[in-house]
Amino acid sequence: MTQIRPPRTWSDVKPVRVTKIPEGLWLRCVACEQMIYRKQMEANLHVCPLCEHHYRISATQRVNQLLDDGSFEPMFENLETTDPLKFVDLKKYTDRLAAEQKRTGQPEGCQSGRGFIKGRAIMLCCLDLTFFMGTLSSVVGEKLTRAIELATDQDLPLIVVSCSGGARMQESGLSLMQMAKTSAALARFDDAGGLFISVLTDPTTGGVSASFAMLGDVIFAEPKALIGFAGPRVIKQTIRQDLPDGFQTSEFLLERGFVDRVVSRAQLRNEIGRVIDYAGK
Amino acid sequence: MAIPYPLEFEAPVDAIEAQIAEIESAPDADADAAAPTPNLTKLRAKRDRELQKVYKELSPWDTVRVARHPKRPMFRDYIELICKDFVELHGDRCFGDDPAIVTGFARIGSTKCLLVGHHKGRDTQEKLACHFGCAHPEGYRKALAKMKLAEKFGLPIITFVDTPGAYPGLGAEERGQAEAIAVYLREMSRLNTPIFSIVIGEGGSGGALGIAVADKVAMLQHAWYSVISPEGCAAILWKTANEQTNQAAAVALNLTASDNKRLGIIDDVIPEPPGGAHRDPRAAAEAIEKWLAKVLPPLKRSKRENLPARRYTRFRKLGEFRETPPTPDPQTA
Repeated sequence: MTQIRPPRTWSDVKPVRVTKIPEGLWLRCVACEQMIYRKQMEANLHVCPLCEHHYRISATQRVNQLLDDGSFEPMFENLETTDPLKFVDLKKYTDRLAAEQKRTGQPEGCQSGRGFIKGRAIMLCCLDLTFFMGTLSSVVGEKLTRAIELATDQDLPLIVVSCSGGARMQESGLSLMQMAKTSAALARFDDAGGLFISVLTDPTTGGVSASFAMLGDVIFAEPKALIGFAGPRVIKQTIRQDLPDGFQTSEFLLERGFVDRVVSRAQLRNEIGRVIDYAGK
Repeated sequence: MAIPYPLEFEAPVDAIEAQIAEIESAPDADADAAAPTPNLTKLRAKRDRELQKVYKELSPWDTVRVARHPKRPMFRDYIELICKDFVELHGDRCFGDDPAIVTGFARIGSTKCLLVGHHKGRDTQEKLACHFGCAHPEGYRKALAKMKLAEKFGLPIITFVDTPGAYPGLGAEERGQAEAIAVYLREMSRLNTPIFSIVIGEGGSGGALGIAVADKVAMLQHAWYSVISPEGCAAILWKTANEQTNQAAAVALNLTASDNKRLGIIDDVIPEPPGGAHRDPRAAAEAIEKWLAKVLPPLKRSKRENLPARRYTRFRKLGEFRETPPTPDPQTA
């Protein structure tokens, strides 16, 4: 074996021959730091084939993964976000919204509608982390509430996949009220005997975790997802000490008794189907 | 005892007050104390006018600072000023007793009720015990348990909101802060008994909403209620929290009582005495009592089983968006 010596001077540094690898064909896994083939990772439901790291995915990808092919029937798409407070920080809220809409091609951070999971009819809502960090706005809250109400009327099992940074600051008090609105709608759904399966994914924090996400009859969490009320940075600033390893992960919550099961993405369809059967829905 | 809490917008008032104090402490003042000099009366009137003027035009950020005034009456003060025969109830029957949320039976006039409220603490020791009014999960669980008790006995519930937010800490997360608040929101929405909420100081985020899913919600004139504190908002959206960005965030968040009234988040604004509740706690308490006297009787008379549906309608319509009609409704498809 020839030993590679580090260069001594800049004149020793030889220009590296650039081999042409198409951009993004391979990527380095953020968790295990191994090179993985992107297509293999994507075919594996965006989970690293080597270390099982669950990558964050958009709502569209989630819907496609979770539901039977072509069974999704999107609903409540006619709701548009306005800027009731004329919110301006460093940028205008309307400008930020437009930028997010252009970047993601989505009107808002939530997809909702009816569909089938392994042949079982369900009502599905997926928050979209790629849109405004999946934050809870008036429209997201309204879509959720309408979905809950429709699920109540039609006695459909309700599945909500959460991933969110919390309530959307740009809608201030109005986004805060969405927490109360969705929770109240879930109370009625509960009274009517509906089945609500909440799926928590990385990350579920703030106003979303402190409302509908934690109200599931059965709560699933994807492995190693960050789930909590306050974000780790805020806690660190408040208590001025480092947080223990694995704090606020799915496994941590499982141990403390706040989620029912930690379920890998590949098993999610199976597990949801099973619970629906046990609940007799 | 006096904690320095400079409010620079009060400068013109302070100047007049200094003059009044000077005259009052003058050696010959005692002689005719019974009949104050015309000069003194005039000065006092001027001070009141000035106070009224200053507090009428408070900026949102100054409102936040008034809401945090160390002398501003807290929940326990209002209990003493408004209620008779307060019976405090402790403990969530699971983990412990959180002093940041106080619950108990009380009488307001002839009405028996359950009181629930955040308490920030007066002295340093109490403040630390209460985490400055930031409740832990056991606080919310305690409040919910006591509210169920009120429901059972048909007592109306009155909650006093005064918190910067729910506590962000190791223990709080371990014991399920998110779950505690979530369950509380859900259960409060379907309690078969009238609920009234008053934001008396700070209404910060989920920690505040946690006890404010009520049939009627009011705010004291100089309280604030929003999804996040101005500092928190400035730190995230402006990347830095300083005097300037805090002011901008406070404006942007629409957190004052009148803003919240305009957005339909609260039903009423309770006026404070000139110069804020901290200058005259008794007058502030009387204003709260007056509001309660207005809203309590009609709801007490209504059928208890209709209340959750009415409460749902109240919260159901909150939120602003535009609905474009043309898309065919898949429901009917």
